[in-house]
Amino acid sequence: MKHVKWLPPTLYILFLLLPIYWLVTMSFKTTNEILGGFSLWPQEFTLRNYVTIFTDRSWYVGYLNSITYVTINTLISVTVALPAAYAFSRYRFLGDKHLFFWLLTNRMAPPAVFALPFFQLYSAVGLFDTPIAVALAHALFNVPLAVWILEGFMSGVPKELDETAFVDGYSFWRFFIKIFLPTIAAGIGVAMFFCFMFSWVELLLAKTLTSVDAKPIAAIMTKTASTSGYELGLLAAAGTLTIIPGAFVIWFVRNNIAKGFALGRV
Amino acid sequence: MSIELKRVIKQSGADTHIYETDLKFEAGGFNMLLGTTLSGKTTLLRLMAGLERPTRGEVWFNGQDVTGIPVQKRNVSMVYQQFINYPNMTVYENIASPLRVVRASASQIKEKVGQVAELMRLTPMLGRMPNELSGGQQQRTALARALVKSADLVLLDEPLANLDYKLREELREELPKLFQGTDATVVYATTEPMEALLLGGHTATLSEGRVTQYGPTADLYHAPRELITAQVFSDPPINTSRISKRGGRFYLSESVSWPVPERIAGLADGDYTLGFRPHHINLHPVGEQAIEVEGRVMITEISGSESVVHVQVAESTWVSLSHGIHLYQVGDMARLYLQTNRCFYFDSDLRRIET
Repeated sequence: MKHVKWLPPTLYILFLLLPIYWLVTMSFKTTNEILGGFSLWPQEFTLRNYVTIFTDRSWYVGYLNSITYVTINTLISVTVALPAAYAFSRYRFLGDKHLFFWLLTNRMAPPAVFALPFFQLYSAVGLFDTPIAVALAHALFNVPLAVWILEGFMSGVPKELDETAFVDGYSFWRFFIKIFLPTIAAGIGVAMFFCFMFSWVELLLAKTLTSVDAKPIAAIMTKTASTSGYELGLLAAAGTLTIIPGAFVIWFVRNNIAKGFALGRV
Repeated sequence: MSIELKRVIKQSGADTHIYETDLKFEAGGFNMLLGTTLSGKTTLLRLMAGLERPTRGEVWFNGQDVTGIPVQKRNVSMVYQQFINYPNMTVYENIASPLRVVRASASQIKEKVGQVAELMRLTPMLGRMPNELSGGQQQRTALARALVKSADLVLLDEPLANLDYKLREELREELPKLFQGTDATVVYATTEPMEALLLGGHTATLSEGRVTQYGPTADLYHAPRELITAQVFSDPPINTSRISKRGGRFYLSESVSWPVPERIAGLADGDYTLGFRPHHINLHPVGEQAIEVEGRVMITEISGSESVVHVQVAESTWVSLSHGIHLYQVGDMARLYLQTNRCFYFDSDLRRIET
């Protein structure tokens, strides 16, 4: 049995990576080759798909829009969640446990539930089709998540650290910024990653709340056909590019990501 | 700096953590708070520090009411049982942090940190991060931080409890010296009676949120006013038993009795409570007034050259501590010798009967 130890993980990784491999190879093929038949790797290697994406404004603007609202959302969510998580972690107040749980229930409703009220509300106040609209809508899911993750990390820091700082003469904000935030830096990283991830992959709200100016890349990718027929190579290239930021961010928080899934309670 | 708690009460919801307490520590003294877990030691420290506000009553520093003054402005320092240091700063920055907060000059910081680090033998560690240090070094860093700011009041909450035996002894010896010659009033909380005796100074014994007695440590040990104080200040726990006085003798049972000491000869006949420490009942006679008692052995523990034997005598369970190794089987009858001249006698309110 000993010599086949490598076999299960290899198979596992193979199956996991197969679709991604297929996507990446497709992105280097011409549309004719993709539709023409079965090939394991590009027969006519081409970078044209990528060139199109990076030069055609209707494509690359999607990335810019997505990155804009994801960044805004991540910043809002974590900034708002930090003080909330601190309060939940350090103070006992009336109904704190119920409120804390209620936060998570916000994640239980499918986004579709909120699509219509958001669409109506944002149209009414003139936020429709702006990155900030999507960022705020995503905050509905991401703020509770960030609060939960950060609360876990903060509760891992003994309360005595806060007190020692106060005894040493630190004011609350000086302590919070100079000592507390660096202490839970890993947690902030993980919370940002999760906000990024959910905002980056969310399609329904992003699509509903935008039309032209703030259209996200995922929405652009759903236009499978154009005047020149099916552009599968182009779509594959767009898909490949969409994976890259996620992989990049995972790399940074890889050591703490399990803690994030456990909401900081490891 | 002297510190005084005046009729302080601390409640949290329906729970009372500290019942009405009056306590005064003189300037420059070394004071112990001795009590079991949850007896209120930490709460008292936190009240003194200003981390918590008393529900009622006042806290006075040097004859001034500081009850409403926040901890940042009280010039106190505190060391916890857990090793608390700022994880994102080097040892040097950790020690320097209280000085940075009060905007001391760079040269002053350098000098003071250097001094304290030398004293705490941390000089080679100054560039390291706290999590790269051993437990002992981490706690030294915390102590150094408490020391560097020349606080008026130094609060130590079981600072040695999480250290291993050797380090604990080492630091225990150093601690009182660190504060000698300073004005600082030190308050040291501990669960271990031995630690209180070794560190000396004054001791306040605590039990369930009440200070049972305060005074010089040796006085508390040798002359507890109440049974509860003797219980808190004894490890292994003090032995107790119901006894009765008839004529000039105390009776444990019909067969075991001894004369009432002269200093309390005027005592009325009746029921009393006997209390004595485990090392005052032995497996061989010690002193002239030892009387013989028979007991059934329940457990024998041998620690090095001492034997701890748990015996059942009448309805009471006693612990006996003797030199030498004495092996008994469970259920054996053991002959014990009680040093009656070392016994405490308590009345029905469990107050010690004095002359």
